[in-house]
Amino acid sequence: MTSDSASTDVAKGAPEAIKAIPVRHPGRWVAMAVIAVLVAMFVHMLITNPQFHWSFIWDNLFTPPVLAGARTTILLTVGAMVVGVVLGIIAAVMRLSPNRVLSTVAFLYTWFFRAVPRLLLCVMFGTAGILYQHLTLGFPFDKQLGDLFGLNVDSTILTVDMNTLLSGFMAGLLALGLSEGAYMAEIVRAGILSVGDGQAEAATALGMSRGLTMRRVVLPQAMRVIVPPTGNEVIAMLKDTSLVAYVPYAELFFNYEAIGSRTFQIFPALIGALLWYLAMSSVLLVIQYFVEKRFSRGRTVTGTGIRLAFLNRGKPSTVGGADV
Amino acid sequence: MSDDVMVLAEAVHKSFGRTEVLKGIDLSVRRGQVVCILGPSGSGKSTFLRCINHLEKINAGRLSVDGQLVGYTERGGRLHECKDSEIAAQRREIGMVFQQFNLFPHMTALENVCLAPIKVRGLSGADARKRGGELLTQVGLSDRMDSYPSQLSGGQQQRVAIARALAMDPKLMLFDEPTSALDPELVGDVLDVMKDLARSGMTMVVVTHEIGFAREVGDDLVFMDDGVIVEQGDPREVLANPRNERTKQFLSKVL
Ligand SMILES: Nc1ncnc2c1ncn2[C@@H]1O[C@H](COP(=O)(O)OP(=O)(O)OP(=O)(O)O)[C@@H](O)[C@H]1O
Ligand SMILES: [Mg+2]
Repeated sequence: MTSDSASTDVAKGAPEAIKAIPVRHPGRWVAMAVIAVLVAMFVHMLITNPQFHWSFIWDNLFTPPVLAGARTTILLTVGAMVVGVVLGIIAAVMRLSPNRVLSTVAFLYTWFFRAVPRLLLCVMFGTAGILYQHLTLGFPFDKQLGDLFGLNVDSTILTVDMNTLLSGFMAGLLALGLSEGAYMAEIVRAGILSVGDGQAEAATALGMSRGLTMRRVVLPQAMRVIVPPTGNEVIAMLKDTSLVAYVPYAELFFNYEAIGSRTFQIFPALIGALLWYLAMSSVLLVIQYFVEKRFSRGRTVTGTGIRLAFLNRGKPSTVGGADV
Repeated sequence: MSDDVMVLAEAVHKSFGRTEVLKGIDLSVRRGQVVCILGPSGSGKSTFLRCINHLEKINAGRLSVDGQLVGYTERGGRLHECKDSEIAAQRREIGMVFQQFNLFPHMTALENVCLAPIKVRGLSGADARKRGGELLTQVGLSDRMDSYPSQLSGGQQQRVAIARALAMDPKLMLFDEPTSALDPELVGDVLDVMKDLARSGMTMVVVTHEIGFAREVGDDLVFMDDGVIVEQGDPREVLANPRNERTKQFLSKVL
């Protein structure tokens, strides 16, 4: 009986698996050989060129100033991204608001901070203490209004010394965070716009408020569009924290430069910084890969446009891979 | 008598910019009635339906649901616009089913059904899931509760959408061409769910091209053309011998 059905299978001609001779790619072999030689030359140079001072780099890789600098760099990255994401969401929602004043303010904010170099912002925030010596918290225009009625009014609640408030760390954090917010606003806005009108409409028809609709329906779906470029922003931010050296404030790059000029080992110190940034960025790339997988939930069964694009490129069919 | 009326539209006008889409709609839907709206594309059927739950603001006329003006309150002979929260409260009582389903793709069928009851009605998660499970069973999807919309057929998605609307315990259900985006063999399942709902006494306003549905469960059939109601009456009557010329023309194409 079983042998019967098996033989009919063959008889019906379940076709033999194809055993064709694959196309040869001689060009690829030549290219690989050339690259192998170049890599070998490069590695040889790295090892034998005394300028690199590998022992010096290694000895300094985990010294206290380097570790302190790395910690500051991580704090700055996280802090500036938190500020940036929060500002970005607020600015994006404002930008899409039917209220013209709100959308104009959001537009001006993104325009300004996208148009100004981050290095300039860092240096300026570092010196802003000169502009305002004190920051005063109180009723707006209290003195002017008081003068108008002939009264001596002072509603000051709190006075802060600007030089304390805008310490190097805060100045760098604000410069990078404000700048990042402008970029994040564009990313979040694109994400929100990528969600079809029908979604907000269905939520609204269920009696959900605008805020609830945004939080539970629109933004989670926008995440699919927001997360990949945000991952890139985090990695870019990690590198841009080196600009805070010019605030000036002692982060990783600053401390490595200091080591370099103190020991006259300028180039090896730069290599040390390079290795640190390389390692930290690589960790972020891995995290980005897993986060993106998580946010493509519910989209993995039917082929979306993104997925088809990947298939066409002959890559494995993950949604939104970590292309950086 | 007015206690008996669920939807009352009096001379409802709606324009988008300069184009007038609704040019004076008068309609009353009694509690428990199923009213089917038929009409050519662009005649304003969807727009009228969307006005009923204030997804669109009407420009003139009066529109009330269950004796309450939609989107306004009347005090001292003047209309006051409702606050967003008040409008949302009105919408809670009105379920809506869309042609394109509009399920939330990042949530499972059960999560779709439970979201609004939990977040808006304040039901506990356990209560909402219990009720959601009952509703999904009612629409024949007891085995697909944990599926994401992308894993469901169009007909299944639309039944989830109906369950989602019912989860808010609405007193009125609006359907905007619920079967128009479906493959023919999937239409029946959705219509069966709607027929059960009609028999259970739900008040329904249904925009549809399903003549059979209108004939079988419709209490009233409304034919719209170019922003006005041109004919209205018992579905069996209107479908058998339409009086209006435009109704005749349209039916000759659909039947
Ligand atoms: N938001 C809008 N802005 C401008 N015009 C609109 C808008 N919504 C609808 N319209 C117009 O109003 C008219 C009626 O549209 P509506 O969607 O109500 O028609 P319909 O009867 O539902 O048609 P269909 O059977 O194709 O769904 C159409 O001419 C349409 O172009
Ligand atoms: Mg329509």
